[in-house]
Amino acid sequence: MNDTDARVAVFAALHEIAPDVEPDDLDPGARLRQDLELDSLDFLRLLEVLAGSTGVSTPEDDYRDLTTVQSLIDYFAARG
Amino acid sequence: MPSLGADMEHGKVVEWLVKPGDYVHRGDLVAEVDTEKTVMEIESFEEGVVAEYLVDLGETVPVGTPIARVTGTPADVPVEVAAPDGGAVERAVAAEPAVESEPTVSAGPAVAAEPAVAAEPVAAVAVGHADAPVEHPAVAPPIRHLAHRLGIEVDGLHGTGRHGAVTRADVEAAAERLHRAAESVAPTVAARPAAATGAGRVRSSPRARRLAVELGVDLATVEGTGPGGAVTEADLHRNAASRPVPAAEAAPAPHAEPEPTHVGEAGPGRHPRSSGAAETSETGAAPDGSSAAQRVASLRRAIGSLMSRSKREIPHYYLSTTIDLGAALDWMRGANAGRPLAERLVPAALLLAASARAARDVPEMNGFFVDGEFRQSEAVHLGVAVALRGGGLVAPAIHDADRLEPDEVMAALRDLVARARAGRLRRAEMADPTITVTNLGELGVESVFGVIYAPQVALVGFGRVVERPWAENGLLGVRPVVTTTLSADHRVSDGLRGGRFLARVDELLQRPEEL
Repeated sequence: MNDTDARVAVFAALHEIAPDVEPDDLDPGARLRQDLELDSLDFLRLLEVLAGSTGVSTPEDDYRDLTTVQSLIDYFAARG
Repeated sequence: MPSLGADMEHGKVVEWLVKPGDYVHRGDLVAEVDTEKTVMEIESFEEGVVAEYLVDLGETVPVGTPIARVTGTPADVPVEVAAPDGGAVERAVAAEPAVESEPTVSAGPAVAAEPAVAAEPVAAVAVGHADAPVEHPAVAPPIRHLAHRLGIEVDGLHGTGRHGAVTRADVEAAAERLHRAAESVAPTVAARPAAATGAGRVRSSPRARRLAVELGVDLATVEGTGPGGAVTEADLHRNAASRPVPAAEAAPAPHAEPEPTHVGEAGPGRHPRSSGAAETSETGAAPDGSSAAQRVASLRRAIGSLMSRSKREIPHYYLSTTIDLGAALDWMRGANAGRPLAERLVPAALLLAASARAARDVPEMNGFFVDGEFRQSEAVHLGVAVALRGGGLVAPAIHDADRLEPDEVMAALRDLVARARAGRLRRAEMADPTITVTNLGELGVESVFGVIYAPQVALVGFGRVVERPWAENGLLGVRPVVTTTLSADHRVSDGLRGGRFLARVDELLQRPEEL
């Protein structure tokens, strides 16, 4: 999966979990917890949605590295 | 309009899930109601046939307002009396006037309040029915099914088909008559729901009666929303507030009304009926919920009203402890390994499971403070504070959480949070919590000392899970820890019991495999 596809998938998933997050004005540097206010349940659902769209199932050990929008894009671009 | 939380004053039906003629059982969902916080599905307190709606879609009405009329049983409605074709009456119709025997869907804010008085005439009808000489005409199963759906008792119908068989047309005609009959009696019922509590005697507490005298309110004119239709203090305040006042007085803030009138009663327990509707009145301020901003504003008002009362009435005390989550998180990682995302646990599930069990073990934390005394709850319905995107929070319950394993708590939590955010909570979830947990730490803070949701008596707070140096048995290590707090009601418990509660949460989290 290239960078653009990963970005599209991540933005779509974020918009699904947090409808108030508009892909158009989303800063890739935004932090999931602090800036987008995703809690652990939101985060889990986000990964579920992404697993559905990219086919990548994220092991729990990788959670801690996924703190920003950009880190999600990189993660799924590398594995999708 | 049932109360969907101690702070709810108004509600608005935004969608009907049943229509006139539908047969509803107790507990069937009948409508979606927009409170100031969220949209919830509410259930019928009665079994019977929906006769008609009493409020319009989108109409905001106070808690306690009947929203629909349910006839106790099909026999309650004098269908045959209204029959145009003369000789159709085949059995004696119960003598009770339909008006008396028709409980409304909403019995008032007292959640469990069954309109007991109203139930009696229904029973009487049933007896009368059994005694009456009943002739059973032939009815084909599809017709019987249709009749049931429309709330028509086929045994009472005059069949116009072959050999007196009841036909589809007979059933539909009867439904039509039932509907008309229902319309003709409805206004009486709607006008005075309190009348169902019967003959002249008004139920109320001594305190409420005193207040009535103070406020110059005739109890008989007040619609009771307490258990069994009892008139509560909140009802009196509402009644007093709704009376016409000079414009100059009507203008000030909602809090202008009843507070100063009974300064002499100041102190804990001043408003023991806090389980009823809130005493503040925001008449005219009810939102139509058309915009998110309005919803947030009204939610903020509702939270403010509830929390003001809590801080005013509940003598809070606060405790805090730091819990080592090493064992719990190790166990969770092991449990999650190899599981698909959809079945994985989050730490919150363990924290909630431990809190629920601790509430069962230290029962002074679990229940309600009403009428000047603590009523312990046998069941643990764990309220979970859920932050809503866009602002505000709701705290619906996970029912019987003390009996759920972490996986079940997790499933319940996911379901609850998803529905809370989608505005699909159910009445019981909002009304039932016996103790509430806030897990604010998810979003960053290290500790949270919450305000108790009256009439509950305790609130548990979990901060963020952080890694900290941790000394144990003379050795220093790095552990994930969480600051756990308890806000509790000093009228019910003191620090010793509160401390026991937190210690119990800690113990439980050290043995996560036993949760």
